[in-house]
Amino acid sequence: MTSRKLELLVGFFVALAIAALLLLALKVANTGVAGSDQSYQLLAKFENIGGLKARSPVKVGGVVVGRVASIQLDPESFQPVVTLDINSSYSNFPETSSLAILTSGLLGEQYIGLQPGFVDENVEILKNGDYIEDTKSAIVLEELIGQFLFNRGNQ
Amino acid sequence: MLNQIQQLGANTLGTLQGLGRATLMLFGALWGRPRPLKNWHLYLKQIYVVGVLSLLIILVSGLFIGMVLALQGYTVLAKFGAEQMLGPLVALSLLRELGPVVTALLFAGRAGSALTAEIGLMKATEQLSSMEMMAVDPLRRVIAPRFWAGVISMPLLALIFNAVGILGGHLVGVDWLGVDAGGYWSAMQANVDFQQDVVNGVIKSIVFAFVVTVIALHKGFDAVPTSEGISQATTQTVVTASLAVLGFDFVLTAVMFGG
Repeated sequence: MTSRKLELLVGFFVALAIAALLLLALKVANTGVAGSDQSYQLLAKFENIGGLKARSPVKVGGVVVGRVASIQLDPESFQPVVTLDINSSYSNFPETSSLAILTSGLLGEQYIGLQPGFVDENVEILKNGDYIEDTKSAIVLEELIGQFLFNRGNQ
Repeated sequence: MLNQIQQLGANTLGTLQGLGRATLMLFGALWGRPRPLKNWHLYLKQIYVVGVLSLLIILVSGLFIGMVLALQGYTVLAKFGAEQMLGPLVALSLLRELGPVVTALLFAGRAGSALTAEIGLMKATEQLSSMEMMAVDPLRRVIAPRFWAGVISMPLLALIFNAVGILGGHLVGVDWLGVDAGGYWSAMQANVDFQQDVVNGVIKSIVFAFVVTVIALHKGFDAVPTSEGISQATTQTVVTASLAVLGFDFVLTAVMFGG
């Protein structure tokens, strides 16, 4: 085995290991799997986002149409503002559409359910950067139990 | 009765002497100024033999272990409707446990046994003694490059194993069983901590690399210089190294993740 070939193979081995480390460090910390397609952004304010995270899916009737791009807190109203990346092939949602934060299964991840609204001549189609006004917050189990106990106490 | 107690004593003394000889061997090999530049080709050759040639078995087993983890994990998680947790399940099992341990076991079988047989045969054919006759220290010339090659190669192999395993889990979980791709990665990112999981896994594999390589070198260097002795030494390398890896793994896991 010539020295050059040996060095090449060892170099290849070390490069592969570095690639593996990068994959573990970056793919496990940050990734861009979703954004290969064209997309446009919608914004929405929620009362409470529960366990929603960046990159959670946005679904219409169970079909994934986009992902949560980022979550920020509005500095004036102290409400979370969620930015959604919606696939450009689904670009005709009317502004009467509503969003709700739902949970897949009892223990599953939280996602955003998009309910398309009615269309008539005064209703415009949502464009890049528009806000969706009608939002329903995540159900927080502790609040639900608290309300239940409170109602029981009143009776 | 007395004979058995004597046997126990002899075994204990033998083990202690073995440990002492291994320490002396390591000390002799590593003591003094290391000259990696002068003997660069020796180190390179050993990294090729120990690391590059083990790559195929590591890639294949990593891929299959990742795929099996995803398959097994999916059937259990699907019962609770928690398929989204498949990513963290695969990644954490690989990074914390399976990556370092399985790599170390494969490494002991693939590279450790080869090291023992090679050095044992060098001893049996008196190559080591002839080096001494030529005033070349066999510890520095033969043992040291193999030691460093093992300690450098195995953590790299474990990293490759982890990465390939996670991709294998993706292959089965996302492409075959239909777990949401974004959920696979985002749940993984939310649950895997670089310091806690990735770095601790690498520390584990460095410890295992040290243990396996030292055992393999010591068994070869200490082998009875006959064909039977070499065969026994090779077997002992695989058995002792595997047991030592599992024992150290328990201790390290208890220290790192035990609370």
